[in-house]
Amino acid sequence: MAGKGGVGKTTVSATVARAAALCGLSTLVVEVEGKSGLAAMFGRRSLGYDEVVLAAGGGPDGAADVRARTLTADNALVEYLKDHGLSRVSQRLVSSGALDIVATAAPGIKDILLLGKVKQIERSGVADLVILDAPAAGHAITFLQSARSLLDSVGVGPINAQARDVLELLEDHQRCQVMLVTVPEETPVNEAAETAFSLEDKVGIGLGPIVVNAVYPHVDGLDTDPVAAAAAAGVTLRPGEAEALASAASFRRDRLTLQDEQLSRLADQLPLPQLRLPFLFTTEIGPAELDRLARALLADIDALARLPL
Amino acid sequence: MRLGAVTTPAAADTAAFDDLVRERSIVVCCGSGGVGKTTTAAVVALEGARRGRRTVVVTIDPARRLADALGLAGLSDTPSRIDGDWPGELWATMLDTKSTFDSLVAKYASTPEQGRRILANRFYRNISGALSGTQEYMAMEKLYELHEESNFDLVVVDTPPTRNALDFLDAPRRLSRFLEHRLFRMLVAPSRGMLKAVNVAAQAFLRTVSRVVGGEVVDDAIAFFQAFEGMEEGFRQRAARVNELLAADGTAFVLVASPRRDTVDEAHFFADRLREAGITVRGLIVNRVHPRFGAGLPEAVAERAATLAGSDIGALYANLADFELVASREHGHVAGLAAAVAPAPMAWVPFLRSDVHDIDGMAQVADHIFTR
Repeated sequence: MAGKGGVGKTTVSATVARAAALCGLSTLVVEVEGKSGLAAMFGRRSLGYDEVVLAAGGGPDGAADVRARTLTADNALVEYLKDHGLSRVSQRLVSSGALDIVATAAPGIKDILLLGKVKQIERSGVADLVILDAPAAGHAITFLQSARSLLDSVGVGPINAQARDVLELLEDHQRCQVMLVTVPEETPVNEAAETAFSLEDKVGIGLGPIVVNAVYPHVDGLDTDPVAAAAAAGVTLRPGEAEALASAASFRRDRLTLQDEQLSRLADQLPLPQLRLPFLFTTEIGPAELDRLARALLADIDALARLPL
Repeated sequence: MRLGAVTTPAAADTAAFDDLVRERSIVVCCGSGGVGKTTTAAVVALEGARRGRRTVVVTIDPARRLADALGLAGLSDTPSRIDGDWPGELWATMLDTKSTFDSLVAKYASTPEQGRRILANRFYRNISGALSGTQEYMAMEKLYELHEESNFDLVVVDTPPTRNALDFLDAPRRLSRFLEHRLFRMLVAPSRGMLKAVNVAAQAFLRTVSRVVGGEVVDDAIAFFQAFEGMEEGFRQRAARVNELLAADGTAFVLVASPRRDTVDEAHFFADRLREAGITVRGLIVNRVHPRFGAGLPEAVAERAATLAGSDIGALYANLADFELVASREHGHVAGLAAAVAPAPMAWVPFLRSDVHDIDGMAQVADHIFTR
């Protein structure tokens, strides 16, 4: 999952995970920025390097598990060195801050350690679906590009081999795809389109459907005059209420118009199927909201699947 | 577009924001990614120019249309002037981490030859892109340079949208620590007659690193640290002066947030970290706030909508309930944040018709922050 800061990338990662679990796929969300938001959406407190279960499967809804873990470059390096018989120096390398020097000497090495770990997780088959909540958009490109750039700067050795494996994963569209996340506003739409083309050109990665988050649902009846509508229903309005109802309706109409403009701009700029998640008129996402979003996503996927090709 | 009745700003709040742009010499806008920091920085700078000051804004990776509006179409490390109908001056520049670092190296190199050797080194060329915290550091360095050397009355700076968006507080210290790293001491040790045992450890360490990333990469790093020798002190002193400037009275930090739960949490975290660093938040600007249309309780409106479901008036109530609910939650989150940074003034900026990408759009935002 990739997208610009503030578009709700973590919310969408959680939503896709929950939706996959509802379809019976055991899902592991991998988070690399140490943010706590993901756990809270499942009503849990925090994540760590070790896997935690965010939502246990096997309930009446027939869902599979959603698990999650946080990866850091430091942890991935220690583990990597251990796996390569260098456990004696690994701890020292990390604690002395020498990773900073190594990371500067070979840019992208932190990214490749993280992606290498993701590849290992995928290969181990611990989950049917692995969702990587990637860094924000600009950085996502460098992040995913790290394998290619490292191959240029590090010609031999285990890191080179690691980079080759990662590149193989990224370029295999059956195993791996990027889902971009955006919101129906001008700048995020532009940036999503730019990111999509960069990812295809520079990384050679496959793109899944684009997820448009926080879409205001359409409401019928916003054009009616509150006073007339109240009279028709035999309702008495309180003082000031007619005006409040009218301004709220006009605000929503205006936002819907803007939103439709942006959604069609997105469709023009980017020939990808769109999945839309509703804005929930709330300020935080907990397990109940997540379920609503996951079901909305599944309904959209169904609708998409029924479209003639 | 009617935006609905957003809370009218209190006169005391707008007056305090007026003072910021009239009296301070530096305004730093900080906050998490995606909350409109870059736009807010441009708005604050514009207000400075409108109040007669010679103002420059340092932006970090602005969206393209905003960049165009600020005359930043081509990447330029030197400020360009934006003409407009205001008594002061408005200048804008985009942070170029690499070239800012290059000029710093040129400034502190003891000979032009030393500077050239560093700039040509491959390890050095990686620093600006790969070493975390470098962008933050260079943003502060640019601010210092513009403040000290370019005769601006007001420098407004945007901060990078990294997860640890306050890295700039530690970045100077981090970079000096990096440049004076123990490993570096070991690498240049042969010329300094350090203990042989240390050298043996260093050699073992280097062998390990070479096995992982290849010997060529390690050679680049060693060459860099050798070339850099003697410059650490200059860098450290400069970093100390930058930190002093950030803590000085003329510098004001403005926290930018959006009213969602997660970004408010992050803003709380920033406020705490600034306080720990001995820095007071001088203003809170909350962008993208939903309007409030009525004075009723959201639950009561929702109940009315439920009773009247199926009719047009029911739909109108349901729509009003949506906004009353989200607005009241937003106000709830932000109230806690405002209390945490009190007595700093606060401004609410509502959703606008479109993204801000011209001077008119910036002026519209400014109307919600400053006295009119």
